[in-house]
Amino acid sequence: MTAPILIAENLSKTFHAGRRFGPGGRQNIQALSNVSLKVYPGETLGLVGESGCGKSTLGRTLLKLYTPDAGKIIFQGQDITRMSERALRPLRANMQMVFQDPSASLNPRRRVGDLIAEPLRVHNYGAREKIQARLEELMHLVGLAPEHLSRFPHEFSGGQRQRIGLARAIALNPSLIIADEPVSALDVSIQAQIVNLMADLQEQLDLTYIFIAHDLAVIRQAAERVAVMYLGVIVEIGDTDTVMLTPAHHYTAALISAVPEPNPAARRARTILQGEPPSPANPPPGCRFHTRCPAAQGRCKTERPELRPYGENREVACHFPL
Amino acid sequence: MLLDVQNLSISFRTPRGLLPVVEDVSFQLAESEILAIVGESGSGKSLTALSIMRLITDPNAIITGKILFKGEDILTLKEPAMRRLRGGAMAMIFQDPMTALTPVYTIGAQIVEQIRIHTKLPTWQARLRAESLLAAMGIADAQQISRRFPHQLSGGMRQRVMIAMALSCSPALLIADEPTTALDVTVQAQILELLLKLRKEFNSSILLITHDMGIVAQTADRVAVMYAGRIAESGATGDIFAHPMHPYTAGLLAAIPQLHGPRINAFSAIPGAPPAPHEKPAGCAFAPRCAYRIAVCAERPPLLHGPFRQVACFRAGEVA
Amino acid sequence: MIFLVLLRRLAEMVFVLFSISVLVFLIFFATPGADPAARIAGRGASPATLAAVRHAFGLDQPLPVQYGLMMKHLFITQDLTSFVNPGQLVIPAVLQAVPVTLSLVFGAAVIWLIFAVAIGVTAAALRGSVIDRSLMFLAMAGVSMPVFWLGEVANLITQARFHNTVLFSWVPALGYVPLTQNPLLWFKSLVIPWTVLAVTYIGLYSRVLRANLVEALTEDYIRTARAKGLSERQVIFRHALRMSLITLVSMFGLDFGALVGGGALLIEVVCALPGVGMLTYQALQNLDLPFIMATVMYGAIFIVAANTVVDMLYLLIDPRARGAR
Repeated sequence: MTAPILIAENLSKTFHAGRRFGPGGRQNIQALSNVSLKVYPGETLGLVGESGCGKSTLGRTLLKLYTPDAGKIIFQGQDITRMSERALRPLRANMQMVFQDPSASLNPRRRVGDLIAEPLRVHNYGAREKIQARLEELMHLVGLAPEHLSRFPHEFSGGQRQRIGLARAIALNPSLIIADEPVSALDVSIQAQIVNLMADLQEQLDLTYIFIAHDLAVIRQAAERVAVMYLGVIVEIGDTDTVMLTPAHHYTAALISAVPEPNPAARRARTILQGEPPSPANPPPGCRFHTRCPAAQGRCKTERPELRPYGENREVACHFPL
Repeated sequence: MLLDVQNLSISFRTPRGLLPVVEDVSFQLAESEILAIVGESGSGKSLTALSIMRLITDPNAIITGKILFKGEDILTLKEPAMRRLRGGAMAMIFQDPMTALTPVYTIGAQIVEQIRIHTKLPTWQARLRAESLLAAMGIADAQQISRRFPHQLSGGMRQRVMIAMALSCSPALLIADEPTTALDVTVQAQILELLLKLRKEFNSSILLITHDMGIVAQTADRVAVMYAGRIAESGATGDIFAHPMHPYTAGLLAAIPQLHGPRINAFSAIPGAPPAPHEKPAGCAFAPRCAYRIAVCAERPPLLHGPFRQVACFRAGEVA
Repeated sequence: MIFLVLLRRLAEMVFVLFSISVLVFLIFFATPGADPAARIAGRGASPATLAAVRHAFGLDQPLPVQYGLMMKHLFITQDLTSFVNPGQLVIPAVLQAVPVTLSLVFGAAVIWLIFAVAIGVTAAALRGSVIDRSLMFLAMAGVSMPVFWLGEVANLITQARFHNTVLFSWVPALGYVPLTQNPLLWFKSLVIPWTVLAVTYIGLYSRVLRANLVEALTEDYIRTARAKGLSERQVIFRHALRMSLITLVSMFGLDFGALVGGGALLIEVVCALPGVGMLTYQALQNLDLPFIMATVMYGAIFIVAANTVVDMLYLLIDPRARGAR
């Protein structure tokens, strides 16, 4: 197997909220706790989980948009964890981000051409003509017309805006793109267009994706490997089909079972998890899922399970995997 | 027939002229039936739901057609009579439980308020009823929870509270507008399960507004698929999913990513995007994106026809 | 928790008082050319007299010592005297002025709250109508009229031009009558100042309240309230107004504090009310440092206190401010 393009080792990140003497006191929200993963060149790794599980924080921490409290990030063989922003700048061209709400991440008062050209200018791509040629090439790549360059973001539909977001992300020929819920704000008929476009771009440009989503079915279409997160930890990671069809962690199983299947013939009694995820400000000890787990035993309450290999190409953090 | 909507149209007066958002929508809902109206954003499904409660407050809205509730056209009702229906015989729950409750009153007080409008129960009895409703929603510590404020509860809990409130006067019709869209999938499953259970207990009909075909498949008896303000197709859930007859329904079903069963390689997308209300074509609104389009599609919109299964497409028989 | 908030406020107050007092002190003592001794001794005093005065008032000592002495006289021995009228004690004079200012501001506050709520709610309920637009125009006019101008006009009308008509013959001469002395006369003498002071605030508050209500009326919980079957009146009063009060209360606390703390200066001067504002005005005219220092300190105390009360009220009317669980 080729060397990973990105390695995360034991990443932890805690956010602080509230004032110490304010109402409610100070809270420490543990968004990531000892998260490790490897991303290989050319693959799409899905990050899936419910709100507050830390998937977005992980995505941003991997790009050093947040500095981790502990752990290491190695990108293309270089340890970037403690690298200064200045030293990081040449590497930044190589790793880009795509956000959920394209309209919120595009400045409404600037023309699309300027928005896409911005990263090119920042990284001294070249003369005006060279940038213009690149812009037209990019528009073609994402399925838009060159005349769209002179329009404003609000003149586009949600799907087209996400194409603009992608054009901006690939402008500098990055090797890694972290896409944070890139299709969640889009209607079903448009979602498929964007997922397909991302797959085409991946093939043409040798991209590696980390695809963050809460929708398991989208992840199944978009990613070859998936990491399932719960309350700041990865509970299961492996090949998408293996994980989705034969989940090993009880949380993964419950999550999959909870998704309503678009097939009225397959109405079935589902295992429905009781309760809601505990607050990340006060995560339970031991296995973080034990408070809702149907198979929890005494050991789960005290001893935290580590990610351990389980079958081929899969790791599970559970004392009693399925 | 509990609810019979006939040729409902909603348009808005704008500086650019009349903007038709919902056009010629008709559907029926029988007692203790679940009808899902499914559509993408901008299809007019939420506006249709709000018009049944007469909750469209925009003075520029023009609503025409008939909405017969238990045989009476509610569009012609006087406001006080409408108020007695609202929250009484018909109730509604909304998409975002985080913002749907007034932040400064306790959960209990907000449920009691509704009970007291529609019944003559004294406050203490209304409070007991509120607590027993909360308990029926699967809330363990109902008495405690009823003294809490909305911000102290999670999204799932708040949606349970909203449902308890909506059911507090045993409505014949419950309108649920994207009731689980703002919730996580495991909580969504809990809420859907609850709605199905309550339908039996309270014997309410449910009009479910959603964009999620999975939810439709798992809960609805019948479906109406809306596109750009019109109903494209309606019929029994099993029939629609097994044999979509409108090209839009077929495209929509093919575009859903599948979690179960084999993974498809290229996931099929409908090209283009739905038209905005001011740029709808003269003919069928779906025609520009449709693979089955013929000359007549651009001329006039196809009418919904058929007895049990209604399809608004000139080539309905050929789609499969 | 309430205790912690109070403690924080107390620390804040001490800090604010210290900073302001140093600032005021420096403005009057360290400014070149401003020689307090010359002011105290009077015009044309001989250098010997000046030196004597300097010594008697401690003005020949280093600045920090002078500052310390003044603070000691103000807060500890409480026998600080005027520089201009030797022998006049500062603290009793301020204490005597406080009830006047309080009477003025309390009455005006009652009037402005009642009218502002009535106008704001009416305008919001009829938003977009002619009534809404005319009420908001009047409110704007109210905000635009300077209080000293309005006061002079009111005086002109009620004291001079039309004083002898039936309408205004009841208005007593300018000045203040203590409540304890003659409640009816107290009331009569304050009606005009109350109204004049209230006008600006009615304008301001009704506009803010209307904007708040109109915004609140688009919220999801209002739709829920309507879906419950509440009438429009119930929706506005029980839900929208209750939420808008949160903003209004914090605004009110600050304005009230500022007015009682000396912000009512203009109206007090115009209507000849011997309140704290008037005292500040006179002290400023004579550059009477002890009085300026005392009134500024009093104002600062009041404003910080008003802030504290607002914080407490906030906890009372907005459960979200009480912290989770």
